[in-house]
Amino acid sequence: MFSRREFIKSTCGAGCLLLSPVPSKIFQGAGLAQAAEIQRPVEARYYEKQPNRKIKCVLCPRECVIDDLERGYCGVRENRGGTYYTLVYGNPCAVHVDPIEKKPLFHFLPGTNAFSLATAGCNVLCKFCQNWEISQARPEEVKAYQLPPRDIADLAKQNGCVSIAYTYTEPVIFTEYVYDTSAAAGEKGIKSVMISNGYIKAEPMRDLCQVLHAVKIDLKAYTERFYRELVNGELKPVLETLVLLKSLGMWTEIVYLVIPSQNDDKNELQDLCKWIVAELGPDTPIHFSRFHPQYRLKNLPPTPISVLQTAKKIALDAGIHFPYIGNVPGDPGENTYCPSCGTLLIRRIGFTIVENKLSKNLCSKCRTKIPGIWL
Amino acid sequence: MDRRDFLKKSTALALASSCIPRQLSAFSSGLPSPQIRPVGDKSRVVIASRSDAKDNNNRYVGMNVARLVDAAVENLYRENAQKVWKKLFSKDDVVGLKVNCLAGKGLSTSKELVDAVSERLLQVGITPSHIIIWDRSDKDLQRAGYGLYQGNKQPQCYGNNRFGYTSTLYEFGEVGSLVSRILHDQCTAVINLPILKDHGIVGITAALKNFFGAINNPNKYHHNTGDPYVADVNMLADIRNKTRLTLCDALTPQYEGGPPHMPQWTWQQNSVIAAVDMVAMDKVCWEMIENQRRDNGLPSLKQSGREPTYIHTAADDHHQLGTDDTEKMEIVKA
Repeated sequence: MFSRREFIKSTCGAGCLLLSPVPSKIFQGAGLAQAAEIQRPVEARYYEKQPNRKIKCVLCPRECVIDDLERGYCGVRENRGGTYYTLVYGNPCAVHVDPIEKKPLFHFLPGTNAFSLATAGCNVLCKFCQNWEISQARPEEVKAYQLPPRDIADLAKQNGCVSIAYTYTEPVIFTEYVYDTSAAAGEKGIKSVMISNGYIKAEPMRDLCQVLHAVKIDLKAYTERFYRELVNGELKPVLETLVLLKSLGMWTEIVYLVIPSQNDDKNELQDLCKWIVAELGPDTPIHFSRFHPQYRLKNLPPTPISVLQTAKKIALDAGIHFPYIGNVPGDPGENTYCPSCGTLLIRRIGFTIVENKLSKNLCSKCRTKIPGIWL
Repeated sequence: MDRRDFLKKSTALALASSCIPRQLSAFSSGLPSPQIRPVGDKSRVVIASRSDAKDNNNRYVGMNVARLVDAAVENLYRENAQKVWKKLFSKDDVVGLKVNCLAGKGLSTSKELVDAVSERLLQVGITPSHIIIWDRSDKDLQRAGYGLYQGNKQPQCYGNNRFGYTSTLYEFGEVGSLVSRILHDQCTAVINLPILKDHGIVGITAALKNFFGAINNPNKYHHNTGDPYVADVNMLADIRNKTRLTLCDALTPQYEGGPPHMPQWTWQQNSVIAAVDMVAMDKVCWEMIENQRRDNGLPSLKQSGREPTYIHTAADDHHQLGTDDTEKMEIVKA
């Protein structure tokens, strides 16, 4: 059990981390040489050559057709003379050690740290992005490190991490780096998780699933209108990605950022939850996270906690076993309860595990199997 | 009204207010102030042409390109060129020359045109260090044949990469961008020096589109044929308030295969196009591209799925950047 002092410390720590839109602290580990400029572009893996030195990118559903010397929507992949290159391979701009709960992944090695990294760029444009300074930047606008895939697992181990998380921006746009890093890390016993918007085509997602161990998908809403107006993307491909992940047996959790008046309609939430139960199963955790005004959506207030509680109730009523409330440190909605007997199994405050009563992967009281990847 | 309705309405109001040009009240429209606008009721676009802009070796003749610049400016303002330059710029101005060098040699703003404009600015009394030839990156400029320079002896020449972008986000309509520090911090005035060419996504590149090189995230604004993004970018205060003149390099334009250089689709137009109204200029440029496409048996830009509708949007009530109505234009051939 925590002492009063420890409790206050962990609560403050969690609160500070949650309020920090950009990753908490830049990693200053050994071996991270800062890149003066974009290092050695690497040929991209998912594109088709077209006449007149054009290429068609087939990494994400946007399928950009790109002329010579131009870049795709993501801003990090460039056509050079009819060959498509990624400009961010081995050049992360953010490298941090985070609790896995920060991703959030609640059913994946709880209480462990993830070596977390991101490059510049993103394939959508969310008006509420909390990391827009790096996600909406081109590689040359940010300070980056030289960090080749083969070195990352060792760095993760040196820093007490059991996994590598591709996060903060959008890993889809640095998929080659994710794949190679995860493959190399897997050989050294380090797991890999991807924190993604799910806006990716099936083939690259299938490939990534060969080397990943868990995926968290930011499902931003359950309407095409929202995706069109606030994300500059589409809902349908994201749902298809979720179904694909399920079919491949990938451990998947969903985050749904609840934005007042934009995606908090009860009917929309009911439809979403019914879809999750039907297509992904009731054991798929969903985190209803609190919105804070950011970037180009500063005119809306933070999500009232009552709205998050309503969303959680809707999910429970729909049959989802593990609905959570996120970005509200100390709320009981952060805890994991046994769906059979209701026993509190994992108590969290922010990103800290206060209590873990799981017996391996079983409820300590009724022995119900709790889905996830556990220690 | 319940809480949900209130939030929805306040969101709509916030989005609507973000579309109101913040400094539009300074002008009667989105056009530059009357002091630096050509006189007359119509938006004047001058197409100045010379068959001797190139020599027998297919190289531009600097002196003749300079004459084209003078002819374009004189016909735009109907006044002696020297007087026009003095009217447009003061000795204290720091003037950015926004070129377009993406495509490298052959389809970038020609150095001869830039040299001619620089020379006229020097004649106004502006010091070389206050003339900045500028584009997205040093690499782009070098690839187009420009020599990079920072110093006092000749006009400056460098890319956005040297000074980066503002940390403040500037917004209008659908656009939220960081602005080039060269434009925001250094320049008091801008001469827009685009090149006329076909563009594989947004239809054409000319005056309005050239300012995609002044923001950090142009990759986000090409879809839907750049509409309304091109118009929205031109509403950003630094661009709208500092741009005093546009001189478009239409010496050897390209009507298909852009934005990269595809020599098989260029033609010898031998023109410099001048305007203060960038929308009117783009409308004229669009027609020139369409004419060439038709003459060469290519489908129209609309048929090709890339009609540059952003030009219409730039002229609408939200933007008022100029006119796309040929009835309200005076097209002068010189």
